[in-house]
Amino acid sequence: MRVLVDLNRCQSYGQCVFSAPNVFRMTVGEALEWDYEPDAAEDGRLDRARHACPVQAITLAAVAETAVAR
Amino acid sequence: MSAPAQPNTPDRVVIVGASLAGLRAAEHLRELGFSGLLHVVGDEALHPYDRTPLSKALLHRQVAPSRFRLVANPDLDVRWMLGTAAAALHLEQRRVVLTDGSSLDYDRLVIATGRRARPWQHPGQAGFEGVLTLRNLADGEALRTRLLENPGPLVIVGAGFIGSEVASAARDLGVEVTVVSRGQSPLDGALGNTVGTAIAALYSTNGVDLRRGVSATALHADANNRVTGVQLADGTVLPASTVLVATGTLANVEWLAGSGLDSIGGVAVDGALRALTEQGTPSADIVAAGDVTRWTSAAAGNPLVATEHWGNAVVQGRQAAETILGYPDPDPAAVPLPSFWSSMFGVTIKSVGVASFGDEVAVVQGSLAENKAVLVYGREGRTVAALTLDAPRDLPFYASLVENGAPFPPRLGIPEKNRQGSTEPQPALFPARAVSAPSRAPAPAADRAVDDALRPVTIGP
Repeated sequence: MRVLVDLNRCQSYGQCVFSAPNVFRMTVGEALEWDYEPDAAEDGRLDRARHACPVQAITLAAVAETAVAR
Repeated sequence: MSAPAQPNTPDRVVIVGASLAGLRAAEHLRELGFSGLLHVVGDEALHPYDRTPLSKALLHRQVAPSRFRLVANPDLDVRWMLGTAAAALHLEQRRVVLTDGSSLDYDRLVIATGRRARPWQHPGQAGFEGVLTLRNLADGEALRTRLLENPGPLVIVGAGFIGSEVASAARDLGVEVTVVSRGQSPLDGALGNTVGTAIAALYSTNGVDLRRGVSATALHADANNRVTGVQLADGTVLPASTVLVATGTLANVEWLAGSGLDSIGGVAVDGALRALTEQGTPSADIVAAGDVTRWTSAAAGNPLVATEHWGNAVVQGRQAAETILGYPDPDPAAVPLPSFWSSMFGVTIKSVGVASFGDEVAVVQGSLAENKAVLVYGREGRTVAALTLDAPRDLPFYASLVENGAPFPPRLGIPEKNRQGSTEPQPALFPARAVSAPSRAPAPAADRAVDDALRPVTIGP
């Protein structure tokens, strides 16, 4: 799964960190950082994180590898 | 967004630029039902990735750099032309020529080539080993490698967002850092000297040597062309093993020279992002989106002001798609306010509106001295921007004040316990080159040279 957080929306509630601690983390000062392409083993926790986000800042998408055209 | 007034059904759309704005344009085209041929040209041999971690997480975390790929709809059906750049545009033939000699014909074109880091002013010195800029993934990897292996001293020329974020990350790594700020304080162009002074204090408590109000004039190197120092206008020479030049950006518009589009310093656009010709006529078949767009005097009141923000690339990418499919021009009232975030020295900074449109600032909650505060900027009795330091959850309320142009200074029932010091407005103290609100003070006509001055807020990559 590929992960993107809209940090304009993010208000550092940290629910994603509780739901998927291997993917999301807060720095000192509550800036959110995350793994953009975590292992498939995280898929379930990612989905919970997306739903848990109070401001719906998390977007998930399946990884569809496309070859570079040239 | 309502339905297209005059439905456009192009067969071939070419998007030049494979970063955030280009990707969002491609996605939105498909969302809106465009089923024709869609090419996306990118000069880096990489699928779209997020630039914002390059000055933050990339530098202080052991993350695989490939892991900043942007989320994209898997059914996008795009023909990616990566690792090749656009070399020329022929309006008459509706053709983009690429650097590999091939060409792409289009019915509609989206220009989303973005900006690049402004190089050090002396080309010979810019090539010294150890002199870096930061804009793309390769730049970030080079900087990270250096900081992990060769700590410094690091001298950062420029105290904007990139300079400040990298200074913070480098301190996290224990690197000795000096920042040279032409302005009186870091971020003063974006946030004013009143807030910048608080940022300067953050620099200090985090062990960054900040040199204010002075320009870097030359870079020194040893016999092997390895950088050894940065000379300042006051004669000081700062020892340096690594120099990061973080003095802003330049638009990637060289390929448009001679095309007939008004592209000096950025692609001039109308309120629906149609590219303007040199005669000022909006193109019927070309739009531009993201950092490459330029806010023109003609577009004073244009809600899609060019701000080099992540959010701006998203909004403009989507708008570009709507415009080329014939959707009505955007309602200025419905265009989201510019907003950005940054983090440095353990403080998360978020903003809505354009702070430099204001001339006064008031701390309405918390305290600047404690780096936990909500501030509002105002001008002529109206609230024009809100800024939070480590108080992101307070931003939406104040954003609504900006949206509504609420009276300034704000009359808020802030509980006494939350007040620390004065909430009275004080001068925001923007440097003279910052622009004022377009609705009140239109930019001078035909003033292309001041392009950078028309970019009041810079954040990136």
